[in-house]
Amino acid sequence: MSLDYFLTVSVFSMINMILALSLNILIGYAGQVSLGHAAFFGIGAYASAILTVKLGMGYWPALLLSVFISGLIGLLLGLPALRVREDFLVLATIGVNFVVVSIFNYVKFFGGPYGILGLPRPSLFGHAFTTREYALYVFLWTLVVVFLVHYLSNTYLKLGFDALREDEDAAESVGVSSPRYKMYAFAIAGLLAGLAGNLWAHYMTVVFPDNFSFPVSIGILTMVVIGGVGTLVGPLIGAIIVTILPEVLRFARDYRMLIYGLIIVFTMFFMPKGIVGSIKGLIFGDTPLGKKRVEKVRRIAGAQGRIAGR
Amino acid sequence: MLEVEKLCVRYGKITAVDGVSFSLNEGELLAIVGANGAGKTSTLNAIMGLVKPHSGRIVFDGVDITHLEPWKRAHMGISIVPEGARPFADMTVIENLEVAAMNIDKAEAKRKMEWVFELFPRLAERKKQLAKTLSGGEKQMLAIARALVGPVKLLIMDEVSLGLMPRLVTEMFKIIERLKREKLTMLLAEQNTKKALQVADKVCVMQNGSIVLEGRPQDLLDSEEIKKAYLGI
Repeated sequence: MSLDYFLTVSVFSMINMILALSLNILIGYAGQVSLGHAAFFGIGAYASAILTVKLGMGYWPALLLSVFISGLIGLLLGLPALRVREDFLVLATIGVNFVVVSIFNYVKFFGGPYGILGLPRPSLFGHAFTTREYALYVFLWTLVVVFLVHYLSNTYLKLGFDALREDEDAAESVGVSSPRYKMYAFAIAGLLAGLAGNLWAHYMTVVFPDNFSFPVSIGILTMVVIGGVGTLVGPLIGAIIVTILPEVLRFARDYRMLIYGLIIVFTMFFMPKGIVGSIKGLIFGDTPLGKKRVEKVRRIAGAQGRIAGR
Repeated sequence: MLEVEKLCVRYGKITAVDGVSFSLNEGELLAIVGANGAGKTSTLNAIMGLVKPHSGRIVFDGVDITHLEPWKRAHMGISIVPEGARPFADMTVIENLEVAAMNIDKAEAKRKMEWVFELFPRLAERKKQLAKTLSGGEKQMLAIARALVGPVKLLIMDEVSLGLMPRLVTEMFKIIERLKREKLTMLLAEQNTKKALQVADKVCVMQNGSIVLEGRPQDLLDSEEIKKAYLGI
């Protein structure tokens, strides 16, 4: 395995971590199920591609602007969520994904099916990042995003998201403005997915509409669900698994995707709460196996208490 | 404090509330009693903003709130204990309360938390426990505590005694009596007519979406005919 190959897989893993964390804010925190998250990823990538290639802007201002644009569009695309809930919201977000990809595909300004080529790598003091430096750069961004999401998890904003996810009517009746919190969730998710899009686009140096199509949204959702919806660590683990598993399975050649699919199905079958959720369940007794374990610990603790009391 | 004028709530072609009018002064407790399907919950939900009225007017503290969103009503001081308690199941007891306390300043929130933990010591013992792991009675206590922690001026309670064992029902009504002594304005929908009449200042009897009787509890209790026909006691 060459270093470049290792670095590429690492960069994709880290970008996917950011993507999974951003979708987790929508689904796991605020309970707004989106199946069109690749749209925000694409908006970040295309915004940066247009700003740097077509408008000749430098990477750093393009980074700020592209993240801002995807956050803003995330906010606007969050508007359907104010009117629809649950199944209808899922359908609306799928629609958003198709519309965004169609715009990339059919509007000439976005390069059509041939995409936009020649995106620059970021540079500092005239030195363009090498693959190794770029991997470090993405690593730093991943740390920043993990820190931000962790910080968010301990704020009142997260409490509002939790209430919204649990019961929208009950949340509204204790003063949580569901439109406001939904917009916050879509904007933050859009910002972070836009950042992931920017990092991806400038690593690949090309963007094509298919890179952001509906199956990509399903892939991001898979990362969140496999790792554990609503947890901080779960999406990180899910992103690593979904990125690395197809690479590990390369030996299986034509059967690679079949085995990959089966592993995912079996994981969900035996760990319906995702990896982190199931481990938590085992520890705190939320799953049948965990309940047995907790009861056993209680029995032992009770017996020891009786012995100590005697 | 609260005026409801000719309130109508419809679900498609079905009329759940048909021209209901009543008023509630500060510090009063109004009990709405009636059988299942009489329109009690729909009336309360319309006041909280959880269902849209077909027609009519709701005025709270002199402000027309008929078309106001529920969260804005909550900020104004209307708070509801919904039917079935509906705590935020995957959040801890303390988180359930903190959500409701987000709209008041920190010092006030701290004072209110202490107050509700004094009202419900059992919740204080289960602060870190997930709401879904609480018993039915504890969930109901949490729902009341959550409604009290916010900037509450009018407390709406929908069937707080539903599904609870008699000892807990008595406990709930003791809490209601205490809140009444503390001059909190309350609107109570109850099927447990006997208990509701013991604590209420005014009573409305609902049947088929309309108020068929209203008055002071004693006036209603004095008439054997009314007791048999409407109150079922």
